[in-house]
Parts: sequence; structure tokens; C-alpha cells
Amino acid sequence: MSENRLHIDWTACDGRGLCAELLSEILVEDEWGYPLARDGAVEPAVPRALQKNAKRAVDRCPALALRLVNS
Amino acid sequence: MTVVDVLPGVGRRLLAGSTDGRLDTHLARYARPPRLDGVQLVGLLRDAGLTGRGGAGFPTWRKVEAVLGASGVPVVVGNGSEGEPASGKDRALMAYQPHLVLDGLQIVAGAVGARQAYLYVAAASAVGVRAALGDRRGAGLDPVPVSVVVAPERFVAGEESAVVNAVAGRAAVPSDKRVRVTEAGVGGAPTLVQNVETLAHLALIARFGPHWFREAGTAEEPGTFLATVGGAVGVPGVVEAGYGVRLGDLVDAAGGPAERLQAVLVGGYHGGWVPALPELAVSRAGLAPYGASPGAGIVVALPVGVCGLVETARIAGYLAGEVAGQCGPCVNGLPRLATTLTDLAHRRGRAGLGREVDAVREVERLSLLVSGRGACRHPDGSVRMIRSAMRTFDADVAAHLAGRCVAEEAR
Ligand SMILES: Cc1cc2nc3c(=O)[nH]c(=O)nc-3n(C[C@H](O)[C@H](O)[C@H](O)COP(=O)(O)O)c2cc1C
Ligand code: SF4
Ligand code: SF4
Repeated sequence: MSENRLHIDWTACDGRGLCAELLSEILVEDEWGYPLARDGAVEPAVPRALQKNAKRAVDRCPALALRLVNS
Repeated sequence: MTVVDVLPGVGRRLLAGSTDGRLDTHLARYARPPRLDGVQLVGLLRDAGLTGRGGAGFPTWRKVEAVLGASGVPVVVGNGSEGEPASGKDRALMAYQPHLVLDGLQIVAGAVGARQAYLYVAAASAVGVRAALGDRRGAGLDPVPVSVVVAPERFVAGEESAVVNAVAGRAAVPSDKRVRVTEAGVGGAPTLVQNVETLAHLALIARFGPHWFREAGTAEEPGTFLATVGGAVGVPGVVEAGYGVRLGDLVDAAGGPAERLQAVLVGGYHGGWVPALPELAVSRAGLAPYGASPGAGIVVALPVGVCGLVETARIAGYLAGEVAGQCGPCVNGLPRLATTLTDLAHRRGRAGLGREVDAVREVERLSLLVSGRGACRHPDGSVRMIRSAMRTFDADVAAHLAGRCVAEEAR
């Protein structure tokens, strides 16, 4: 099974919303700048077509707060 | 903390017999704890249906099994930190029956093959449990060494990953949950964190068996639990009852209502407000319709003359002050929820929100916004309590929006 969910380590995330820009199909910024899943999920699903974008967001998160995990 | 008699027909268990906390009294009543292997213990706990008494009510056997299945030598931690201000049962248990807790800790530690165990307690319990451990050492009762770690007096310090951090010598704040502590906790070892009351029940199940355990409580929710009954009752204190006990009987066991009651907070600050119906069954099943559960056994009675919204806003303010300062949505969202509730409680419209009725929508919006968005369940628990208040005190909400207060008028 591929790693198809996005996990956010809230203790690390500093909320500058970079991921919401890089992965706008899945995430939006909340009113404080923290990533919020569009579908409201705690660990939003990452469809196959968005895997590459998601990996890029994970790699570029300055706080190392994002991970792709198995559901 | 006073202990009042348990209800007729239920029978005290944890608080049975003498509660002087002495080892000789304990051994005379219970003898030395039995030794069990992992498979035996998991089987007993599953047959008994023991669930965690620290709040979440998770089946204990599953956690023990997870630790047994993980790689590495496990560590076991008894959690007696009891950071919840309305709770006193863990401190009472450790004062009255420390040896049941310590027996339970040894039984699980032995069964999972731990070489080190910890007892994580509030400062108030430390002296007593250290003395109890000294007595046990003299009697050769503790093959697995037990270290006492004192918990800071913070609400989130008792959360499982915060417990692991504290025991490992770090700050007692929660960690991210990508890896479970049952896989990698203290020093990377599989770690079993159990509430001290859970351990005490376990010590009795190991002696008397699952059938005995199931003689109290309901078929789905067996056993007894310790309840801390407070608020407007005659004799606030810790009582023991089987799950499914009538709310009225629980209140009567604590001296009965001190005034006419309107609502009860069940499960504590992360629990739920329910109407003060004497016939309500205190069990998961009985409280589910109200979005509440027995949690860690806290029952706070609210009299008719005290406004439930004011009380809820006060608790929300306390909870907002207890955020561990780590997770953005929790750090920002809980204080916003608390101020919104305070405005509603004091019948103030908020600048920028326009009409006051928006306060109700704002509470719901913020509740959804913080839920699930933290390293621990503090935001979720806080939201559970707040949303239950909005339902149970809906008449008060309507009155406040119209500039009146039901409780004030009842005084
Ligand atoms: C914010 C927060 C605070 C908690 N505080 C306590 C506590 O003081 N004592 C406790 O036993 N469990 C507490 N818990 C629950 C623990 O995380 C954990 O579920 C429990 O200790 C496990 O033991 P049990 O399965 O025997 O209940 C807390 C949970 C949260 C989210
Ligand atoms: S990029 Fe990383 S630090 Fe920035 S908001 Fe997203 S998860 Fe948080
Ligand atoms: S969710 Fe809140 S209380 Fe829990 S660790 Fe994060 S900031 Fe602390």
C-alpha cells in the first residue's frame, strides 16, 4: 500500500502556510496560517495524481512537519 | 477527601476493607500478588472486559497485547498524575490503597517482561508511595524496580505522550502521535501507560478472576469505577460504583443534592454536560445520547441558581490556559473559544461579529476548526465539553441572547 495520507506534526508546524500553496488541491490556510484539509480530515487522503505534489510539499516544509503515511 | 459508602448492591472493591494504606493490612486481606505471563494476563483482561480508567476507556488487553507484540524490552508506567482539577480519585486511591496499585504495576510489568517500571504521580502522593515502595522492598514484593516521578500540576501533563516525556526526563508536554508509545515510548522502548485505578482493578482481576469482575457493572461495561462527586452535593468526595449506576444514586452516595440541581458535568473538563436526571445511567451507553461518557469518573453537580454558561466559560478559560503551547490551532483556537463563550455568558455582543446570535455560530465554527488539529486530544476534549454545554444549556443561550439569564431569575 502506498503512503497516501498526509500527516501533520502540529508540534513542529510553524504555520506559514507554504504547504497550502504547494498543495492547494488538498490544503487551505486557516485564519492563523496553519494548514487545514479541504475535506476536513485530520489526515487528508492524497490521491495518486497528487502524490508528486504532496512529496514536494513534504520535502519543502521548513519545519519538517509533514509526512506521507499509510492509511 | 472523604469516602462515603458505596451504593447498596454494588459493594466496594478498590475501597473495600481497611483503607489505612498499610502493607500488613493489605497482605492480610489480599496476600502476595500472583505472577502471570503475557498470554495469561491478556486473556484475563479480555475476559474481564477491563477498560482504562484514565478517561479514554480503551480496552486494557489491547494495549498490553500491543506492547507484547512490539520489539524491545517494554517499560510500564502507572499514571497517577490526575491533572484534572475536578478529580480526586487517583490521589484518594493512592492514599487508601497504594498496594493494590503497586501490585497491579508489578503484575503487568512482570507479564510483559519489563525491567523498569515508573509511577508518575502528583506531588501530593509522592511521599506516601515512596514509603509504600520502601515497605514492599523490605518484603521482597517488587521484582521489577519502580521509580517515582513527580508530575507537574498541569492539565495536559497526564496525557500519555506527555507522561512518556516526563518519565524520560523531558518537559511533560505531549508529542506528535505518528508513532504510538506502545511501539516506541520511554527511551524508544514499547511503553504501556495505564491509569493507577486501571492497575488496581487489574490487581484484583488477577486474584479473583474475570467472572468476579463482571459481577458489578453492566454486561457491556463491567466492573466498578471510582467517581469524584463534587459541586452542589452534601459530602463531596470519592465513591465507588458499578457502571450503569443511576446518577441520582451516585449523587446520594455523596450526601445528596445540596440544592436543587439543573445539570451535571460528567467526565470532567473534557466530559459532557447532561441534565440532572436521577434515573440517568452513568455508563457509556447511558450517556452517549448526550455526547458524554463516564470518562475518569468525575461528576460535578450544578445548582439551578448558577448559570451553566458562566460555568462553561470559566472552564473553557481554564482549558485555554492549559494548552501546551505547541500546536497552532489549539494555541489560537481554544483562547478564541473561551472569549466567545465569556461574551455569551456575560451577554456581551462582540465587536466585529455584528449580531449576538453569531456567538453561537462562532462557537460551532471554532469547535470544528480546532477538533483533531493538535498533537493531543486536548482540543477535542475541550470541544466535547463546550458543545455539550451549548446543547444542555440551549434555553440559557436563548435567554442570554435576549439579554436575560435563567439562573439569575431562579435565585
Ligand atoms: C489532555 C489530557 C490529559 C490527560 N490526563 C490524564 C491523567 O491525568 N491521568 C490519566 O490516567 N490519564 C490522563 N489522560 C489519558 C492518557 O492519555 C491515557 O489515555 C491514560 O493514562 C491511559 O491509561 P488507561 O488506559 O488505564 O486509562 C489524559 C489525556 C489527555 C488528552
Ligand atoms: S509548510 Fe510545514 S510549517 Fe509551513 S504551514 Fe505547512 S506544515 Fe506548517
Ligand atoms: S493539542 Fe494543545 S494541549 Fe495538546 S500538545 Fe498541542 S498545544 Fe498542547
